[in-house]
Amino acid sequence: MLRYIGRRLLNYAVLLFVAISLTFVLAATQLNPRALFQLRQPPIEPAIIDQQLLKYNLSDNVPLLERYWIWLTGVFRGDWGKSPLGVDVAQQISTRMWVSLRLLLIGTLAGILIGVAVGAWSATRQYKLSDRSITAVSLLIISTPAFVVAHLTQIVATWYNNTSRTRTFEFIGEAGDVGDYPLADLVDRAQHLLLPTFVLLILGAASMSRIQRNLMLDSLGADYVRTARAKGLRESKAVMKHALRTALIPTGTYFAFSVATMFVGATFTERIFSFPGIGQYGVDTITNRDVYGVVAVTAFAGVCVLAGAVLSDIMVAILDPRVRLQ
Amino acid sequence: MSEAAVKVETEVEVLKADPKRLSRGRLVWRRFLRNKTAVFGAFGILFLVFLAVFGSSILYWKFDDIDTQSFLAPPSESHLLGATRAGRDVLALTVRGLGKSLLIGFLVALMSTTIAALVGASAAYLGGWWEKFALWIVDLLLVVPSFFLIAVASRGAPEGDAAWIILALLLAVFAWPLSARVVRSLTLSIREREYVLAAKFMGLSSFRIIVRHILPNASSLLIIDATLGVGYAILSETGLSYFGFGVQPPDTSLGTLIGEGARMATTFPWVFLGPATVLVFLVLCVNAVGDGLRDALDPSSASGGQA
Repeated sequence: MLRYIGRRLLNYAVLLFVAISLTFVLAATQLNPRALFQLRQPPIEPAIIDQQLLKYNLSDNVPLLERYWIWLTGVFRGDWGKSPLGVDVAQQISTRMWVSLRLLLIGTLAGILIGVAVGAWSATRQYKLSDRSITAVSLLIISTPAFVVAHLTQIVATWYNNTSRTRTFEFIGEAGDVGDYPLADLVDRAQHLLLPTFVLLILGAASMSRIQRNLMLDSLGADYVRTARAKGLRESKAVMKHALRTALIPTGTYFAFSVATMFVGATFTERIFSFPGIGQYGVDTITNRDVYGVVAVTAFAGVCVLAGAVLSDIMVAILDPRVRLQ
Repeated sequence: MSEAAVKVETEVEVLKADPKRLSRGRLVWRRFLRNKTAVFGAFGILFLVFLAVFGSSILYWKFDDIDTQSFLAPPSESHLLGATRAGRDVLALTVRGLGKSLLIGFLVALMSTTIAALVGASAAYLGGWWEKFALWIVDLLLVVPSFFLIAVASRGAPEGDAAWIILALLLAVFAWPLSARVVRSLTLSIREREYVLAAKFMGLSSFRIIVRHILPNASSLLIIDATLGVGYAILSETGLSYFGFGVQPPDTSLGTLIGEGARMATTFPWVFLGPATVLVFLVLCVNAVGDGLRDALDPSSASGGQA
């Protein structure tokens, strides 16, 4: 067993290494940090630009392989490189991942819980009015991109704020003006979290409810549920203990995966509600031609995805009695 | 007479009236038509395609007309969906953006499903080092955040009129891995069938067996995959363009327009709402058709067994 896990982890490590190296080549050849300085007004002398680029190992006069080697040896020392303006990339990632986590924790978890509950419930009422309306609403939400949902909530919130002449809804950043009443700091943070959490929640709940409904329909039609009913169990007990429990096994793997990838952030939600998390950082690194930033974000996301894969394997082993580790 | 008996009797009558057996195509077609949401979606897509192709000749305003009387004008009789900051008609711009988004969506879905079909089927049929290699590439593409990498690659891509084709290629390159896995697992069971073995012993080349014997038998999956792929591609393209990475001005797509409108969404919502509504409607229609096709084509789906 240990050998199997070991081989699997080694395979993941090689995969990740190749993915990161290819990203380095892609970013270093496509982003052209020189353009960042060439557009400056007043113009900077080419020699000074060269010097600046050389300092951060970004110069296109140095062969790609040599730059790669310098970067790689740096990574093994824990130095993930610097942006063209000299900001340390690793430090950015380590502070921003917690911002992403703070933003995503409630929304993602609540979204999954509500989605599972709604999906399972609507499956038990298949083709009734409640099931049809839930299916229609979730199809509508799934078809709406995150950035449209986020801007729509902002439009509605602004409209409400203006008509009620209050500032109930806040949607810029993590914190803002703090009043001086007890727990004002907490209230302010909650106000800023409200809208982005709502966006994440409905998006997550909609897609989860679709998945859970299909899983539940499969298990409701299974023989063991019919057997449970036939031996005299009440409908509610047969549904909860026999159908729902088996339908939750794949959800467990999905859950493990979502928890691991939460650190990667929600690009659109972070950007629109100005939360300086990893998702927003990823977009900023590309706009600012920050080669090492892009590579670090990719590496970070890759680690999260692979951690999610491992976690969901463990989840299956725990939840599914058919999987035996021996 | 019980309800079931009535049903059986009417079915017998139907069979008498139409002695020919129902072909698979007619069966699928009938099942699809029974799903009202899917039919609605199909009409929705046809309407949008019609609008994208002929819209510019029907509408009064052209996308590059500038109405100096109405900068940021709200929706009115002359500008049905309002006007932008530059005095352009939102409806005309939306129709133009819609065309590009549709084109990219269909092209990407076609390309990615083709790649997925060929790679998935050949990996399962040929096996050996090619299968290992293909699965490894699939894993590699699934590990990296595709959104960022497409953005990085499209930043360095050459600009000009054909830039959107490169974007479509990039989207397709990152879109196929998951479907390829599904095609592979389906092919694993198809390749053991008698007709595939017969074709093999008759000396047909592997390529012909894959294209003529394996892929047609995976066609239900491929059709569903391509349809849902259109929605996925449109969402990816608009997402990238929203950030300014995808379709570049002067070219425009729904994502570019939404991105422009979003900056003033809370003060001048119409610049945002027009293209956003069209985008949601489009993706909704595509998803509805995809779901309907799945029910109609998949023998194990809920409507299976019924004509």
